[in-house]
Amino acid sequence: MTAPVADRSNALHAGAWWLWALGLAAAASRTTNPLLLALLVAVSGYVVAVRRTAAPWARSYGAFLKLGLAVLVIRLVFTVLLGSSVPGTRVLFTLPEIPLPYWAQGIRLGGPVSAEGVAFALRQALRLATLLVCIGAANALANPARLLKSLPAALYEVGVAVVVAMTSAPTLVADMARLRSARRLRGRKDKGPAALVRVAIPVLEGALERSVALAASMDARGYGRTAAVPAAVRRTTAVLTLGGLLGVCVGSYGLLTTVGGAFGLPLLLAGLAAALGGLYLGGRRSVRTRYRPDRWGARAWAVSLSGVAVAAVTVWAAGAYPQAMNPPAVPLTAPELPLLPAAGVLLGLLPALVAPVPARPAARPQKEVQ
Amino acid sequence: MIRFEDVSVVHPGAPAPAVAGVDLTVPEGELCLLVGPSGVGKSTLLGTVSGLVPHFTGGTLHGRVTVDGRDTRTHRPRELADLVGTVGQDPQAHFVTDTVEDELAYGMESLGLPADTMRRRVEETLDLLGLTDLRERPIATLSGGQQQRVAIGSVLTTHPKVLVLDEPTSALDPAAAEEVLAVLQRLVHDLGTTVLMAEHRLERVVQYADRVVLLPGPGQAPVVGTPADVMGVSPVFPPVVALGRLAGWSPLPLTVRDARRRAGDLRERLASVPTVPASGAPDAAGVVGVPAAAAGPSPLPAVAPGAGAVEEAGTPETAGRGGPDGRGGLWSRLRTRLGSGNAASPKGRSGAPGPAGGAPAAAVPSPAAPAGAPGDADGPGTGGPFAEAAGLSVRRGPVPALRRVDLTVRRGEAVALMGRNGAGKSTLLGTLVGLHAPSSGSVTVGGRTPHRTGPRELLRHVGLVPQDPRDLLTASTVAAECEAADRDAGAEPGTCRALVSALLPGVDDAAHPRDLSEGQRLALALAVVLAAEPPLLLLDEPTRGLDYAAKARLVEHLAGLTARGHAVVLATHDVELAAEVAHRVVILADGEVVADGPSAEVVVSSPTFAPQVAKVLQPQRWLTVRQVAAALGEAS
Repeated sequence: MTAPVADRSNALHAGAWWLWALGLAAAASRTTNPLLLALLVAVSGYVVAVRRTAAPWARSYGAFLKLGLAVLVIRLVFTVLLGSSVPGTRVLFTLPEIPLPYWAQGIRLGGPVSAEGVAFALRQALRLATLLVCIGAANALANPARLLKSLPAALYEVGVAVVVAMTSAPTLVADMARLRSARRLRGRKDKGPAALVRVAIPVLEGALERSVALAASMDARGYGRTAAVPAAVRRTTAVLTLGGLLGVCVGSYGLLTTVGGAFGLPLLLAGLAAALGGLYLGGRRSVRTRYRPDRWGARAWAVSLSGVAVAAVTVWAAGAYPQAMNPPAVPLTAPELPLLPAAGVLLGLLPALVAPVPARPAARPQKEVQ
Repeated sequence: MIRFEDVSVVHPGAPAPAVAGVDLTVPEGELCLLVGPSGVGKSTLLGTVSGLVPHFTGGTLHGRVTVDGRDTRTHRPRELADLVGTVGQDPQAHFVTDTVEDELAYGMESLGLPADTMRRRVEETLDLLGLTDLRERPIATLSGGQQQRVAIGSVLTTHPKVLVLDEPTSALDPAAAEEVLAVLQRLVHDLGTTVLMAEHRLERVVQYADRVVLLPGPGQAPVVGTPADVMGVSPVFPPVVALGRLAGWSPLPLTVRDARRRAGDLRERLASVPTVPASGAPDAAGVVGVPAAAAGPSPLPAVAPGAGAVEEAGTPETAGRGGPDGRGGLWSRLRTRLGSGNAASPKGRSGAPGPAGGAPAAAVPSPAAPAGAPGDADGPGTGGPFAEAAGLSVRRGPVPALRRVDLTVRRGEAVALMGRNGAGKSTLLGTLVGLHAPSSGSVTVGGRTPHRTGPRELLRHVGLVPQDPRDLLTASTVAAECEAADRDAGAEPGTCRALVSALLPGVDDAAHPRDLSEGQRLALALAVVLAAEPPLLLLDEPTRGLDYAAKARLVEHLAGLTARGHAVVLATHDVELAAEVAHRVVILADGEVVADGPSAEVVVSSPTFAPQVAKVLQPQRWLTVRQVAAALGEAS
């Protein structure tokens, strides 16, 4: 099946992208083999490169890549400065050791840096970085506004609030720039942090005025219209939601402590069920309908299942090939690529084939320049 | 459809009602226009229909407003949402979602309409408003006219019986305004929608109205009647009505077409006035309101101009330059003889200053020479260009905003930049104050390169009043703002405050700048900029939200400034303002200069940018009612 050009009617469900990305992330969490991790990053990067849109959030992938790189660097620096928990024999170099007082024993500053320690740290860091990059891929590919639209009806209004906040953020940045240039018009300095601080108050004033106007507009357009719901249903909703949340809290506590092992899990499940029931009933108060919600079609299944498949193969491989999936740092060996898990990771490329191709705007949308 | 029964509204903390004694009915399917000077409570009255006043804004509503039988006292705005569609002054504050299609659907989603109905109506509305190509575009990337159409569309999808619009065309260029009005017209005619709309720019809307409701003053009872009747008594009226009043036509014409059909004898009378367009270009630098800027095409160019100028020196606006008047006359005569008039004449007749007209026209000294008159009195920079852009290109992000623009501005000259939303007008102004660095070409202001000059120094050479004057105002009271402006400019304490009082008396020292009316805010921003006495003053869309009185004051001040040798460049959609103020009009399209020449030449030949008077009196080259009045005085 070839991928069509994306439009509103065949847009891939945002949830499918998230499932796919979480699948890759789960796979990354089961291995420290740098070759496999690099393969995962490559897979996610390739899919992002061929399927991301021109939307602002699509640019976040680069930021996540940089974040991953920062994780690597920080971990490396700490390993070099503080030493490693892994005993190593191949000393790369030795830093002068700084003696610490007795109460800080167990912490070492400086000293020998071993190849094993560095390799171990880098593999661990690479795993975390890969996880972050996978999340970044979901961020870049899935439209956050559409994702929020898929929330249950009772949470819809929260979703709208988040969407409004997201769309007003660029406006705030534009206001900031405009007011800074206005400082120049007054003959004041328009550069430097002081200028930035000075415009903060007018920017906030403007934002406040705008949000009041927006609230008026939303009110006039029917935001918050509710259906009449029988009092019994209303009360049941409240009881279920509150009781459910309480159950979830106590249940998780029970699961995490040794005492409550017996009642923890059932209570957690019962709480979850009650909370979901409350959300469902709460949705009946809302009269909203949804305009062209993203449909969960065959392509969404393919994309999400490819992510799940990657995760499943890696989990299975972690048990079947422990040596290859988590190569030991001591003794230090060159990692080898386990073929079967690698082939499994390549399943994650499926979205690059089946997900609709974003339409490339023929001409860049003319930004209003006044 | 809408019934006001003895309605009055008192805002919280206000001593007097903002609106009082409103007792009227707007029948179904009528386009009702609400007019009046600013601050008379037009927006408040509109708000009572959607229920936002008083449910959202607070305050007390006396009397009763019913919409299709629903009382707004007992129905909150959200419960009227299926009946009343409201679009406020700022479309950007109206948008809840991020793309066009979602925005159109938002109101229907709130009402809980079934999915297939929503889909059908969105498609219909996209077609009705011509938005089909934009359906998936993020709203933030649309132009002003497109945004206004999306805002109207977003309330149309719920099929409201009543549409309430607050200044729907004020921010739009003439073509976009026509677009929006055509849509409203279609709604009223085809769907029987009742439209209640407030608008300052009457020249754009009054001919579409079935009925006009005039609010003469704050708290005064409205005057209701047919457009022609109300325009006869209204303190605010468009130029075509002013012309009708001047010529004594009854009933008053509301459209250019009506007026043209009556104007035969007026044209004859004016044709016999030899001065007509003649005081023209040479005198242009002097004053506004005098028949200005049309040297070329006069049938009798040679003798008349001097006489005309002397005659008209009596009008108050000319008082400022009483001295050089005689010389101005001489100058004009000389200039006309020496050929700027003759040179311009063939071009004027051909009527179309083509794209090529740009650079050469700028170079022709015709509009500038007269700077001699004010310039002589003032000294510096006589004749030479004060600000100059050569081959100027500017990019805003990835978008080229200006392409190879050539522009020269001389002292004592007023230049209007026109063109559709997004044509690069604001970018050009911004580049002149160094907000944007050119990507190629050069720009100099008073011999300096703006973007490399420090703000403090640049302030003494050029000042810009931005589109939203609020951007300039940061203090919490008018007095503090003025003190800060004096400090910034290094002017003597009290300079700015004195300027404010001169521009517009009655601005309260203790008021917060954000609480001022549009006109007061503009006066304050203008004073803040003028405190540094910049020889070049830039104004970006200065008449947005101004009523005719405030606009007339602005015109007068700008005329005074050019007479004292300041150069003024204003970017505007307001063709009437350009006709009143500018000696030269520069039209931008897609960042390029497509026309540059004396106002009369550029403007009269353009169907979009011609002021009403010019349209009525074509092929004669009159631009404003004042010119006609002066000429008629001459003739009699």
